[in-house]
Parts: sequence; structure tokens; C-alpha cells
Amino acid sequence: MAHSASHNDNSAIKRIWNVFIILSIVTIVEVVLGIIKPAFLIDNTFIYMKLLNWIFIVLTIYKAYYITWAFMHMEHETKGLRRAVVWTAVFLVSYLVFILLTEGDYIYEVYKSGHVAWNF
Amino acid sequence: MEATVVKTGTEGKTWGGGSKSPLKASYGKMMMWFFITSDALTFSAFLAAYGFSRFKFIDSWPIADEVFNHFPFLHGVDAPMYYVALMTFILIFSSVTMVLAVDAGHKMQKAKVTLYMFLTIIGGLIFVGSQAWEWKNFISGTYGAVETKGGNIVQFVDTEGERIAIADVAKVLPEERVLHERKNGLWYTTDGEALPSFSINEVKEGFKSHEDFLVRVQKLDENGAKTILSREESLAMINDNAIRVVEGANLTRNEYGPPLFADFFFFITGFHGFHVFTGVIINIIIFFNVIIGTYERRKSYEMVEKVGLYWHFVDLVWVFVFTFFYLV
Repeated sequence: MAHSASHNDNSAIKRIWNVFIILSIVTIVEVVLGIIKPAFLIDNTFIYMKLLNWIFIVLTIYKAYYITWAFMHMEHETKGLRRAVVWTAVFLVSYLVFILLTEGDYIYEVYKSGHVAWNF
Repeated sequence: MEATVVKTGTEGKTWGGGSKSPLKASYGKMMMWFFITSDALTFSAFLAAYGFSRFKFIDSWPIADEVFNHFPFLHGVDAPMYYVALMTFILIFSSVTMVLAVDAGHKMQKAKVTLYMFLTIIGGLIFVGSQAWEWKNFISGTYGAVETKGGNIVQFVDTEGERIAIADVAKVLPEERVLHERKNGLWYTTDGEALPSFSINEVKEGFKSHEDFLVRVQKLDENGAKTILSREESLAMINDNAIRVVEGANLTRNEYGPPLFADFFFFITGFHGFHVFTGVIINIIIFFNVIIGTYERRKSYEMVEKVGLYWHFVDLVWVFVFTFFYLV
């Protein structure tokens, strides 16, 4: 499959540089947002998390998509290989993150509402 | 053997197996993909565990901007995240040179593959070096802090909320300080833990004499900043609770906040740095193979593609580490 790219020489290289520009812009946006921390993105939350953090996570997944699809040539692999790799990771990681963050939040509540002081 | 072959009626179809490879990928490349999947799950476990601990201490976790604010040659300048942003660019750019090498490999251009592989290796080395510098700053610390009986970290600030180094707080007392060594009965441990620059008594005395110094605790206020105590509360906190001077960071305690913070920093960035390091080694091996013409003779540069996959994966992981350690 990969050899299909070699016939139209410059389009593959052009895509590499396009992706590099996208990744750079997204990183710059992340850093700028992280430094100025706009007030309305911090004060407003969506499903228990600040909007700013949601933006960071969405942009990260956006970058991960381009790295995997363009740089690692996932777009040229068969559907079977793509799903074996991507779905495995996506579903297992979603579950792991959900279960651990829920548990972490529960322990936080126990610390906060328990009758033991931690401020000494 | 002939007798054991069962006809399934699916010969010629993709799922019938036989001579066809359903995923249309070579064995090596497919195994590299499956290795990457499992390695991605390992990193996810680390990051999810980090998230767990962070949610557990959601109202007292250290603020990344305050911890990672160094930049080479800019001493004392508050430069939050600039350096990690630079490191991110270096790694993304080395990914670009890697994918250019793969592309040149498809076209059997040996000279270009050599050049791009070389640039990738240089980028990787710069990144590992940057990470070492980041660790050095993290381990040596900037301001120092004191630890309380309850294991909490308390840091010194002036009335404007600016951090104050422990050296500016402490008052040198004419007391003798002895390093507790193995030969005086400190068993089952090594003599590694050196004395901090100041004793806790010197810090207590110094804090008493500086009327305008305050302390801040780990608890975050409603604006997401560390809570600063009043002068009376500060004095009470230091006099009654402080038991130890903490400078820098190790796996047991650190001046930034909960011990887990430093533990996860060392583990996650260390594990990632180890991947970068091995990636550089593997790239160097393949680089020399390219030079001696192994892949010209093989008439395929697929090996470059396979190490390329690993190298991009290292970049992919860094994107997530960058977000969850430095941004969120």
C-alpha cells in the first residue's frame, strides 16, 4: 500500500509539511492558552471539568490523530489493522481512565467530608 | 499431513486465510504496530494513575506553571512552559525528518534517507538532553520549603505573594549540625541523605524575625492559587507543625507538594525519556545500515519505516505527557 504514495512524489512531501504546520499551530495555541488562561474558560465547566482542560484534551487528540494517520501512515493501512490497533487502545484507555478518575474523585470526597483533619 | 487438511469452503476469500495476508502488512511492521499498542496501554496506565492521584488531591496539587518555569540562560525569569513547548517542537520536527526519511526510502534515495535519519538522531539527542536539564532543575529545586508533621509542604512568600527562597528566610544560628551516619547507629539505610542547607530551627528563628514574611499551604483557593495564611496563622504553622527543611525533589519528598507529584514526574517523563533514548539507539543502528547499503541490497527500506513507527510513537506519547503534565 505504501508504494502508492511513491508515484505522486511531491504530494506526499507536501502533506508531511502541511501536517507539521497543523501540529505546530495547535501546539502554539495550547501554550498561549496555558499562559494567558482566559477567565471564562476557567470559570465555566463542562462535566466537572474546566472548559480550558477540555480544549487541551480535544487538541491533544487532534494532534494524536494527525501523528498516527499522517506520520505513521495509518491512513494507508487496511481497515482491519487500523481497527485492531486504534480501537483496542481507545476502548481500553477510555475504560481505564473512567474507572480510575471516578475512584480518585471518590477518595477526594472521603478525605474532604471525613472527620479527620489533614491540615497539620 | 494431507489427510488433516479440512476444507472450509472459504478458500479464495480474505477470511479463508491461505496465502493471503488479510492485513496486507509485513510480519515485522504488524508486530511493530502491536508492540506500539501494548506500549501505549502501558503509558496510558501511568497517565491514568497520575490522573487518579491528581483527582485524589484535586484541591492541593502543585501548579505546573510554578514548577516548570526555567529557561536556559534566563536565570530568575519566570518562563512557564516555554521550555517544554520548545522540547515539543524539537520532537515534532524530528518526527517530520523521520517521515521524510521514510518517504525517501520509498523512492530508494539512499542519500536523502541518510541525511534525514541523521537529522532525526540529532533531534532525539537534543530532546534527551533537554529532558536531563529539566530533571536537573526539578531535582535541585528553586526556593525550598518546609515539611509539616502531617507531611504537607509549606512554602514561604512575602506580602505580595512572591515566593521567597529558604536561604532568605533562615537565620544562621551558632549550632552544631551533625550528619547522622551509619556508624552512629543509623541502620538499614545508606548515608546518602545529606543535610539541607539550613536546619529547621534556623528557618523557624529566621521566620520569626522577618515580620513581613508569610507562608502558603498546598490548598488551592477559589481562584486556583495556593492559599496564603495570615501572619499569625503562618507563625503558628511554622512553630507548631514544621519538622523538616525540604530542598529540591526526590522519590520520598519534594518542595513542590505531595511526594506523588515528583514520583509521577520521574516515572512518566523517565519512562518516556528511556523510550527516546532507545529510539535514538535504534535509529543509529538503522542509520549505519543505511550507510553501508544494507537496504539498497535488500531493495527495500521497510526497516526505516518500522523504526519510524517507533519514533513517531515516542512523539505521540510526548503529546499526551505534555498535555497532562504541563497544561491541564
